[in-house]
Amino acid sequence: MGIDNISLTLKVWRQKNEADKGHFETYKLKEVSTHASFLEMIDILNEDLIVEGKDPIAFDHDCREGICGMCSMYINGRAHGPQSATTTCQLHMRHFNDGETITIEPWRAKPFPVIKDLTVNRSAFDHIMAAGGYVSVNTGNAPDGNAIPIPKENAEEAFNAAACIGCGACVAACKNASAMLFVSAKVSQYALLPQGQPERKQRVLKMVAKMDELGFGNCTNTGSCEAECPKSISISNIARLNREYLSASVAPGS
Amino acid sequence: MKLDAKIPVGALPEKWTKYRSTVRLVSPGNKRKIEIIVVGTGLAGASAAAALAELGYKVKAFCFQDSPRRAHSIAAQGGINAAKNYQNDGDSVFRLFYDTIKGGDYRAREANVHRLAEVSGSIIDQCVAQGVPFAREYGGLLDNRSFGGTQVSRTFYARGQTGQQLLLGAYSALSRQIEKGQVEMFSRHEMAEVVMVDGKARGIIARDLVSGKLERHSGHAVVIASGGYGNVFYLSTNAMGSNVTAAWKAHRQGAVFGNPCFTQIHPTCLPQSGEYQSKLTLMSESLRNDGRVWVPKSKEDAQAIQQDRKKAADIAEGNRDYYLERKYPAFGNLVPRDVASRAAKEACDEGRGVSPTGLAVFLDFRDAINRLGKDVISARYGNLFEMYDKITGENPYETPMKIYPAVHYTMGGLWVDYNLMTTVPGLYAIGEANFSDHGANRLGASALMQGLADGYFVLPYTIGDYLSDEISTGKISTDAEAFTTAEKAVDERQKKLMSINGKQTVESFHRRLGKIMWEYCGMARDEKGLTKARQLIRDLRDEFWSDVRIPGNINEFNPELDKAGRVADFLELGELMIFDALVRSESCGGHFRLESQTPEGEAKRDDENYAFVSAWEFNGLEGDPILHKENLEFEAVKLTQRSYK
Repeated sequence: MGIDNISLTLKVWRQKNEADKGHFETYKLKEVSTHASFLEMIDILNEDLIVEGKDPIAFDHDCREGICGMCSMYINGRAHGPQSATTTCQLHMRHFNDGETITIEPWRAKPFPVIKDLTVNRSAFDHIMAAGGYVSVNTGNAPDGNAIPIPKENAEEAFNAAACIGCGACVAACKNASAMLFVSAKVSQYALLPQGQPERKQRVLKMVAKMDELGFGNCTNTGSCEAECPKSISISNIARLNREYLSASVAPGS
Repeated sequence: MKLDAKIPVGALPEKWTKYRSTVRLVSPGNKRKIEIIVVGTGLAGASAAAALAELGYKVKAFCFQDSPRRAHSIAAQGGINAAKNYQNDGDSVFRLFYDTIKGGDYRAREANVHRLAEVSGSIIDQCVAQGVPFAREYGGLLDNRSFGGTQVSRTFYARGQTGQQLLLGAYSALSRQIEKGQVEMFSRHEMAEVVMVDGKARGIIARDLVSGKLERHSGHAVVIASGGYGNVFYLSTNAMGSNVTAAWKAHRQGAVFGNPCFTQIHPTCLPQSGEYQSKLTLMSESLRNDGRVWVPKSKEDAQAIQQDRKKAADIAEGNRDYYLERKYPAFGNLVPRDVASRAAKEACDEGRGVSPTGLAVFLDFRDAINRLGKDVISARYGNLFEMYDKITGENPYETPMKIYPAVHYTMGGLWVDYNLMTTVPGLYAIGEANFSDHGANRLGASALMQGLADGYFVLPYTIGDYLSDEISTGKISTDAEAFTTAEKAVDERQKKLMSINGKQTVESFHRRLGKIMWEYCGMARDEKGLTKARQLIRDLRDEFWSDVRIPGNINEFNPELDKAGRVADFLELGELMIFDALVRSESCGGHFRLESQTPEGEAKRDDENYAFVSAWEFNGLEGDPILHKENLEFEAVKLTQRSYK
C-alpha cells in the first residue's frame, strides 16, 4: 500500500456562463484519500468552497460508475484523465502523486458550448442520433427474437461499437473536434446487424450530414479519439463509416 | 378515499388478453389532439414516450440529465427476464409469474404480475428488432443465464451492460419520434410540480436547470417515470441525481404512496471505503452464478484479514464458511437478494467480515476459474472485473472480491391501479416510480422487464381508457389559474430555500439523513429504532430549513439548488418510510422486522394481518399520514413460508 493521503494543487477552469471568457483558478487541497474517486475529490473541494461562501465548481456527473457518459473533465491535457479506458468518475486518486498539480478543463469543442465551468452542452450528439441512429420499428410488430439468428462474432462486434457512452471525449480529444468516432460507432452497430440493413444507406448519409451541419470537424486520422475513448471504441469503426458513406453516396437508392 | 385497483374480472391467465381487447380506444384522428407529458426517460419513460408517440399522441418528455440516454437504467448490468423457454428448461408464463410473486414474498398484486410475465416475451422481440446486441450462442440464437431466486435460465443479457443496451434501444426509438416531431424533448429540466385542474392532472411546472426559469407545460395526462428513491439513504447504487421529487410532488397532490418501506438491499456491492464516499457501486448479481460467497469460519481468521495480517488465500479450504451454500443448499449462492443480503449482514455482525471496517464478505472466483478457465470467466464478467479493479485497485482474477450489501432499488412507489394510474385522475406512474409488481423484494433482472413492460406494452393500451374521455377537451391553456398558482408556489419554495443562507451544505444534510435511514430503516428494523428515527428525521428537517446554505442564484445554472430541492423532498419521504416500516410489524422480503423472525432467523410473514399494500395519503407534515389498505387476494398461488433451502 502506498500513501493513503495526498495533497494537491488544482488549476480549475472557471467560467460563469457561455458568454463569459473564463479563466483558471487555483485551489489547494490537503489530505485527500487515495481511495477517493476524482469526482469525490472535487466534491470535497466544493464542500469547502460552499462553507467559505464561494461558488462551487459546476461539473456534470451522474452514475459515477462509468456508464452514463455524463462526466466529462479534461484532466492534465487528457479527456477523462491519465488512465486509459476510464471515465473521470472511475478515476481514483491513487493514480496521482502527493504534491501534484492537476489542471482541469471542460471539453473544448465548438459544438459543445460551455454552460458553466466544466459543464458543457452536448445536445449536438442527441441531434445526430435523431437524424438516423435507430432502426425504424414500431412497438409491437417485431418477429420472435430468435427468428433473426445473428452470428456470434457479428453480435459481439456490434456490441463493441454499441458500448459507446456518448460522453464526447472523442470530440474533445480531437484537434478538429470531429465526431467521427461517435457517429461511426452507431453506424457500425447497425451495419453489422441484419436489423440495420433496410435503412443502412440513408442512415449513414443522414447522420453524417447532421454531424457536418452541427459544426464538427473532419477526421484526419490522428487517432486521439480512440486513445482517449473510455470504452475503447475502435478507430476501425471510422474506416467502416467511410466505406459505408462512400457506398451510400455512390448508390444511395440501392 | 377508497382504493380501487380496477382488476378486470375473469380467470387470471385471461384477464389481460380480454381487457386489452375491450379497453376503450382513442381514434387516430383524436390521438393527434391529445398531449401527454412523460417525466423521466429511463427504460419506462423512454419506452412509453416512444410507444405513445408511435400511436400518434403528442408527447413532451422531460429529463434532468443532459440527454435522455443518461437515465440511470443505463447502469443496470445483469439482464432482463422473459418467459421464452428458449432453454427448454421448463419455463413458462406461469412460472415467471409464480417466481415473481414468491420472490416478492407474496406482497404483490397477482393480476399485474401475471400481465408482466405475459408481455415479457414481446419485450425481447421488440428489443432484438431495434438492434439491441444481446448475447448469443454460436448458432446465432439468443443466450440466457440464470439469476437469483429462480431455477430456470430466463435472463437475456448484453455482457454486463444490459441496461445500457436496452436504454439505448429505447432512446433510439425515442430519438426517432423526436425527429418526426411527435416527441418534444426537454433535457436538463426538472419537474417541480404537478398542476391540478378540476381534480385532474393537467400539466406540470418544470424548471429549466440551465436558465433556472420556471416553465408551464400542459397535457391531458401526466406520466411519472422518474425512477426509485434509493438515494434517500444517501449511499446507494443509484446515480447521484436519482431523486424522488417528481413522485413526491405527485404524492403531495393526492397520489397515495404504496409500500414506501419496501427497499431492496443488493447483496453484491463494493463496500464503503471512507467518509467522502458519494455512492456505492453494484457488482452484478450474475457474478453469483460463478462466484462463491464466503467468510472465514473463525473470528480470529477474520480479524487477521481485517488487519491485513492474512490474505484470503491464507485461509485453508476447511476454515472457510460458504454460508449461502451451507444454509440454502437448494439455491446456494443464487438465493434471492434479500436473503443473501441478510446473510452477509449476519456474518459480519458475528465479527467474521473481511474488510478493514469488518463490513464485507468474499465473492470468490477461484473455483470457477479453475473449472472453466480464465478466458470463459473473462468473457462472462470481464467488464465487471475491470470495474472492480479500477475502483479498488485489486485484481479479482487473483484475489476474491470484497462485497457488502447496499441500497439498490425501491419496490415501493406511487400506488397505481391496473391501468397504472395513481389515485389522481390523469396521473400515471410507471417503472420503478410505481409501487409495482415486485412486492416486498424484486428478483434480479426483473426491473428492466417491468420498466419496458409498462412503457412499451401496458401503458399505451391502458392510458386509452382515461384519454377516451378527453377527446373533446381541446388544448389546455397554461394561462389557467391553476398554473399560475402552482408556478408561484414553486417560485416561493425556491426563494425560501435560497433565503435560509445558513452554515451547512446540502450534501451534509443528505449524508446525515442517509445515516439515519440506513441505521434504523435498513437491513433490520425494530419498533424502538424506528420510533427514534422518526424524531431524528423531523429534527433534521427543521435544521435543514433553518441552516442550509445554497450558493448562487435562482435564475442560473445552480446544481446546489437542484440538489437542495431533492434533499428537502427526501427529508419528507424518509419519515413516511419510517412510518410505513413501523406499521408493518411483520417481516416480508426486504423488510425485516427483528420482532418477526422464524427460529432460523428468516423473515416471518404474517399473512393474516398484513397481506395488504400500504397506501399512504399525504396529510401535511404536521399530521400523521393516512393509511389505506389494498387487500391482496391470491387465487393462483398458495401463500407459504418462502424457502430456498
